[in-house]
Amino acid sequence: MIETIQNLWAAVPEPIQLPALIVAKILAIVLPLMGAVAYLTFAERKIIGYIQVRIGPNRVGPRGWLQPIADALKLLSKEIIVPANANRFLFLLAPVLAIGPALAAWAVVPFDEGLLLADIDAALLYVLALTSLAVYGIIVAGWASNSKYALLGAMRSAAQMVAYEIAMGFALVGVLMVGDSLNLREIVLKQAGNPLNWFVWPLLPLFLVYFISGVAETNRAPFDVAEGESEIVAGFHVEYSGIAFGVFFLAEYANMILISTLTALMFLGGWLSPFEGWAPESWYAVPVVGAVIGSGMHWLLAKTAFFLFCFLWFRATFPRYRYDQIMRLGWKVFLPLTIVWLFVEGLAQHFRLAPWFA
Amino acid sequence: MPLSFEEFLFYAFGAVLLAAALGVITARNPVHSVLFLVLAFFTSAALWLLMEAEFLALTLVLVYVGAVMVLFLFVVMMLDIDLAALRAGFARYLPLGLAVAAIIVWEMASVLGPARFGPQRMEAPPPQGAGYSNTKALGETLYTQHLYAFEVAALILLVAIVAAIALTLRRRPDVKRQEPARQVRVRRRERVRLVRLPPAGEGEG
Repeated sequence: MIETIQNLWAAVPEPIQLPALIVAKILAIVLPLMGAVAYLTFAERKIIGYIQVRIGPNRVGPRGWLQPIADALKLLSKEIIVPANANRFLFLLAPVLAIGPALAAWAVVPFDEGLLLADIDAALLYVLALTSLAVYGIIVAGWASNSKYALLGAMRSAAQMVAYEIAMGFALVGVLMVGDSLNLREIVLKQAGNPLNWFVWPLLPLFLVYFISGVAETNRAPFDVAEGESEIVAGFHVEYSGIAFGVFFLAEYANMILISTLTALMFLGGWLSPFEGWAPESWYAVPVVGAVIGSGMHWLLAKTAFFLFCFLWFRATFPRYRYDQIMRLGWKVFLPLTIVWLFVEGLAQHFRLAPWFA
Repeated sequence: MPLSFEEFLFYAFGAVLLAAALGVITARNPVHSVLFLVLAFFTSAALWLLMEAEFLALTLVLVYVGAVMVLFLFVVMMLDIDLAALRAGFARYLPLGLAVAAIIVWEMASVLGPARFGPQRMEAPPPQGAGYSNTKALGETLYTQHLYAFEVAALILLVAIVAAIALTLRRRPDVKRQEPARQVRVRRRERVRLVRLPPAGEGEG
């Protein structure tokens, strides 16, 4: 069986092999991601339901498990309405601009030691550059819709994204200073040893700033003024219907998963196990338990799932920020905090504070 | 001679860059112009990536595309531009514009032409190995050889930031505003006063 596959692969012409391999790897990342997005929407409705003492969707399939598929089919079969005075080309381009960066950033995310699409040197910069592009989908959508509510949402989103990106960038500078590299794989490996080596300890304020800015960057509650359904209907996507709206939805959830994964990678040791360094050797010898407590992709997924739960938890428990409060938090609280912490880190580096700066 | 894949990419991105740059100045709608400019920046970043300057390329995307152009777009979308009024003097200013354009083209051609900037004068840098980090190399020269120039540039930027804020900061005494620090510090006795009411039936009725 394996030999047949190897023979088949050898028969593929040489120039096609590399592109075929890359496409296969891209599919291996994007398809599970799409599944995760679909079931994240289900998890969101269920979790928020339970927090609000409701049951959530439970009609489609056993205990509601087929709900996301029903939603996707509904969105696909609905008509895409282009408003009469909208700019047709930009109106339809906007969802693509939103989903593009949300998927492209996954190219440099390492899932396990050596398990990634592109092991590039400037991965951290690449991620920051691509997440900063996400705002175009929203702005272009708001403008091309030729609707006042949509434009208001786009304006709010543009100002918010620019404000929080700076704090986010400074938080990443902090990671770069401890990690001594821009490569995400090397940053994770620098945290190996035991859970005390994780960057969350020396960078605790930057960790909080990064994750909260991430919530603001993805326009999630309590920073969801770009949508603000109780003020400006649905903000930038008020004119979108059918799958064009669905693509925005997809981009938002893919970005949530991306931010959660990046937070896990940069601050919580990525795929490294929290049992590393202190659990006795004999534990690893136990058949199933050993595999579970050893490092591996399942730890990255677990940490990501925790942050995703936080996203949903925030949405269920916090009231929406007022717009001027969002601006104040970004510019007057987070920005000075990150700059002060960079100085603290510089001092720690000078005095070689063990174990992170040794 | 068949093109290598890098050369093909260079010409493809070059063509897109030129088309986008042309779009910036010919698009009728200013929002379209800004979006063409975004495309132009993005494509030049791709060209820089081809030249192994990944730090500059990603910073170009991050700073110009991710921040500066967003603010540009923000401003342009808010403007209510009357295109007819803008184009009213087009024929009158055309000769002057053409003259300025010709001078600029001549200046750039004389500096960047093959005589001074060609492959004979400037050797193409040798391609670096896989372990070479552009970012590290840039940081090393920037913080050792060019430290003073770098610090001076940083100071100039700082002055610009302070100036920009000082120019727009207005203190208006007639506007009521919130003070979040006071809101956080507030205690119950400053806001709530418990009043003991006399039981019903007593007092003067």
